[in-house]
Amino acid sequence: MMAEAFSLSQSLGIAGPELIMAVGAMVLLMVGVFAGERSTQIVTGLAVALVVISGLWLVVVTPTGVAFGGSFLLDPFARFMKVLVLIGSAFAMVMSVGFASRERFNRFEYPVLMVLSTLGMMIMVSAGDLIALYLGLELQSLAIYVLAAINRDSVRSTEAGLKYFVLGALSSGMLLYGASLVYGFTGQIEFQAIAQAATAETRSIGLVIGIVFVLAGLAFKISAVPFHMWTPDVYEGAPTPITAFMAGAPKVAAMALMVRFTIDGFQNLAVDWQQVIVFVSIASMAFGAFAAIGQRNIKRLMAYSSISHMGYALVGLAAANVSGVRGVLLYMAIYLAMTVGTFAVILAMRRAEGSVEEINELAGLSRTNPVMAVALTALMLSLAGLPPLAGFFAKYFVFMAAVEAQLYGLAVIGVLSSVVGLYYYLRIVKVMWFDEPAAPFEPMAPELRFALGATALFIFPVYLVVGGTVFNAAEAAARTFF
Amino acid sequence: MLDWPILSTVTYLPLVGAALILFIKDDNELARRNIRNVALLTTVFTFVLSLGIWLAFDPSDPGFQMVEQAAWLGTGISYHMGVDGISMLFVILTTFLMPICILASRDSITTRVKEYMIAFLVLETLVIGVFCALDIVLFYVFFEGSLIPMFLIIGVWGGKRRVYASYKFFLYTFLGSVLMLVAIMAMYWTAGTTSIPELLAFNFPANMQTWLWIAFFASFAVKMPMWPVHTWLPDAHVEAPTAGSVILAGILLKLGGYGFIRFSLPMFPLASADFAPFVFTLSVVAIVYTSLVALMQEDIKKLIAYSSVAHMGFVTMGIFAANEQGVQGAIFQMLSHGLISGALFLCVGVVYDRMHTRDIAAYGGLVNRMPAYAAMMLLFTMANVGLPGTSGFVGEFLTMLAVFRVNTWVAIFAATGVIWSAAYALWLYRRVILGALTKENLKAITDLDRREKILLYPLAVLVVFFGVYPMPVFDVTAASVERLLSSYTAAIEAAGSVASAAAH
Repeated sequence: MMAEAFSLSQSLGIAGPELIMAVGAMVLLMVGVFAGERSTQIVTGLAVALVVISGLWLVVVTPTGVAFGGSFLLDPFARFMKVLVLIGSAFAMVMSVGFASRERFNRFEYPVLMVLSTLGMMIMVSAGDLIALYLGLELQSLAIYVLAAINRDSVRSTEAGLKYFVLGALSSGMLLYGASLVYGFTGQIEFQAIAQAATAETRSIGLVIGIVFVLAGLAFKISAVPFHMWTPDVYEGAPTPITAFMAGAPKVAAMALMVRFTIDGFQNLAVDWQQVIVFVSIASMAFGAFAAIGQRNIKRLMAYSSISHMGYALVGLAAANVSGVRGVLLYMAIYLAMTVGTFAVILAMRRAEGSVEEINELAGLSRTNPVMAVALTALMLSLAGLPPLAGFFAKYFVFMAAVEAQLYGLAVIGVLSSVVGLYYYLRIVKVMWFDEPAAPFEPMAPELRFALGATALFIFPVYLVVGGTVFNAAEAAARTFF
Repeated sequence: MLDWPILSTVTYLPLVGAALILFIKDDNELARRNIRNVALLTTVFTFVLSLGIWLAFDPSDPGFQMVEQAAWLGTGISYHMGVDGISMLFVILTTFLMPICILASRDSITTRVKEYMIAFLVLETLVIGVFCALDIVLFYVFFEGSLIPMFLIIGVWGGKRRVYASYKFFLYTFLGSVLMLVAIMAMYWTAGTTSIPELLAFNFPANMQTWLWIAFFASFAVKMPMWPVHTWLPDAHVEAPTAGSVILAGILLKLGGYGFIRFSLPMFPLASADFAPFVFTLSVVAIVYTSLVALMQEDIKKLIAYSSVAHMGFVTMGIFAANEQGVQGAIFQMLSHGLISGALFLCVGVVYDRMHTRDIAAYGGLVNRMPAYAAMMLLFTMANVGLPGTSGFVGEFLTMLAVFRVNTWVAIFAATGVIWSAAYALWLYRRVILGALTKENLKAITDLDRREKILLYPLAVLVVFFGVYPMPVFDVTAASVERLLSSYTAAIEAAGSVASAAAH
């Protein structure tokens, strides 16, 4: 599979969408610098356009192939995940439009950083070796460290940014250390070359330690237990549109990397990393479910909820078979839709005196704003995994993979923790429907309506119609590795 | 065969009504009346249309009829609908009880009428879907989906402890069902299909059957509900609005029994045979214990709720007796209980709407002011006890006959349950209806009005009709039940001969 000598023009063609993003980010920066502080709206609009163009370029023009001598891959798996990343980023950018102007942190760097972060995610998804892996991961993370602290007049935001940076740097260090061990024991940096070098016969304890360190670094990025500690604080402290961004696309990209690293690089050593994934998965599902019960702040609740959702997605990876990877892909697609929709509601939780984040502020929403209440109810029950909403099918496909791999214990613990999860999702439904109305929110901004409408309709009922198509796409993407 | 998909039409017709209601603004009395009328018309029309299923149904064919099939969500999940003799009548029961529920809520539900009617119509779609689904994942989707509207119905329009009751209802039943989901997945990987007809034909390995049976049992036993996982039911019933109780007792409880007959018994015959004594024990405890608990209740609705648990004990007992009288009797008992318990909850609703209390002590001597009500209540109470001539008798008698053939001790204990049920039902009747009318605030109470008569009289006619002439039901169910049992016995005998061959 390795291309010994690569043609530059062909490689550039394969990396076309990334090049568009990179050049576009520079252009946007220039536009921002020369047009001044008032240009935020324009730059945001252009950034969304840039993401859309890059996405169209990816889907329509870009050929499948291996670029830069194996460092950069565009296979069906990468294409599927990149489309998700771009959709997630575009929605997050759209949702930030109104917020930035209302909360008076009109900075044009903000959309530019989002574009750069998205570029990092795209490289992560396409990474074919350990260097590209690290490159993409750091580009993505550095941009987000800044984004988390962008509201520099706010103590909470600064604290969130700092916390995220320190812990993120630590995890990057672990990842690098692990990567160096993997290189040291296999003599390779390309995943496929590693796969050939790392077989059951050549397996050594050092290599396993390397794998574990890399997985720990990646687990930090997807905020899986026991590397989740930063999540609630950063989610709560960062400006809400940034939280919406962090909860969506970066997780998709990091999960893609995790799948690529384990399945592409170490399929032969599945027994070794499977137990790590099983542990992380169980811990995330259970911890996320129980810790969310006591939360009052909806952003913190979503933080714990995302921890347990990463656990569910990892159930698919733990199965280490084609249906497992397919399950992860479907899970991330549906998770992305649910997260975007929920954050659209959180962004719309504002009254004349400002934004509110307490769950109790949603009281009686079904009276004051029935459409929003119905949409959020659907999203919450979908997050809980109730049929006929899309979240159920997401869980169904990952657990099915676990049952196929005979990980019955994992599947049973998973469904039981989804019952615990249901409890706190129901609390939001209860507050909206059963409690006496609180003061109504201000009318939803058009861009939030769009985001909420699109995602809520996707999880029900559109998914029931297009689910077969999405499934086939995920199936084709998962076949990349098998 | 019909050349158009009647099952899907009946299933999704209520959603059309719900969509219409969505566009009516719920801000004045006229609009609310329109909403009620649209909901009523939709459900009546659905009922009339569903009778077409009965007309088109061929009772001599034991297989699935009016089948619709289309590829759907991948890995074998298909959109697959069809009915056989076991499920068809439950569809009719659902569509029959729904207009009654809508009409029963006309005066008692005054707030948020729009959401209420939408919730009921969505619930109707989901429940019909459960009975029609021939893909096991589709079945699960409808089965679990039905929790959502019921959660809202209890939680929004319920009584004082509605939040507690709705949570308990939701979490209990959800907890039971998720294990079934894992079992469904294991079945898919073993049999390679999610189609119910194909799964029915598949022989699962004996040791696997045990685990699958337990997982399905966890779900259906909670739904049924069987002792000791019945405790959500009294709470849910007490807090639910009248129509919610009717739907809960009349239809939702039947999902558990239907599941046992559709899945547990035919798909895991060996495990069913092994676990039958266990089920008998639980059933007998349910019959005796919950009857005694019912005896001491002070809330009318709670009393009827406990009596429902006891009556469901007869159903589970009949199903796992696994002979023709048992399964037929269980189906009949479920249908009849759907009518009787629905009617009883409506009767409670009648006095609750007038007095706003369900305390037995708050009533007494109603017969003096409400003769028509007293007559209706007497009929349904007697039917609940299982008086010959009412539909309640047929089901109880058949299930006891069935279990007598299998285990006489179980039959003896179950028979004492009939006595207990007579005790609590008659005592309830005496305390509420009979005696002198001494309480001041009851002196102005009015008898059934026209709407309440429209609700109760058809139920009374059906209860008596099926009590005297149950054949229309048995005609429909006979062929399917017979085939179910012949394959069940074949599986047991095959396993027996394998075991004896291994012993030699």
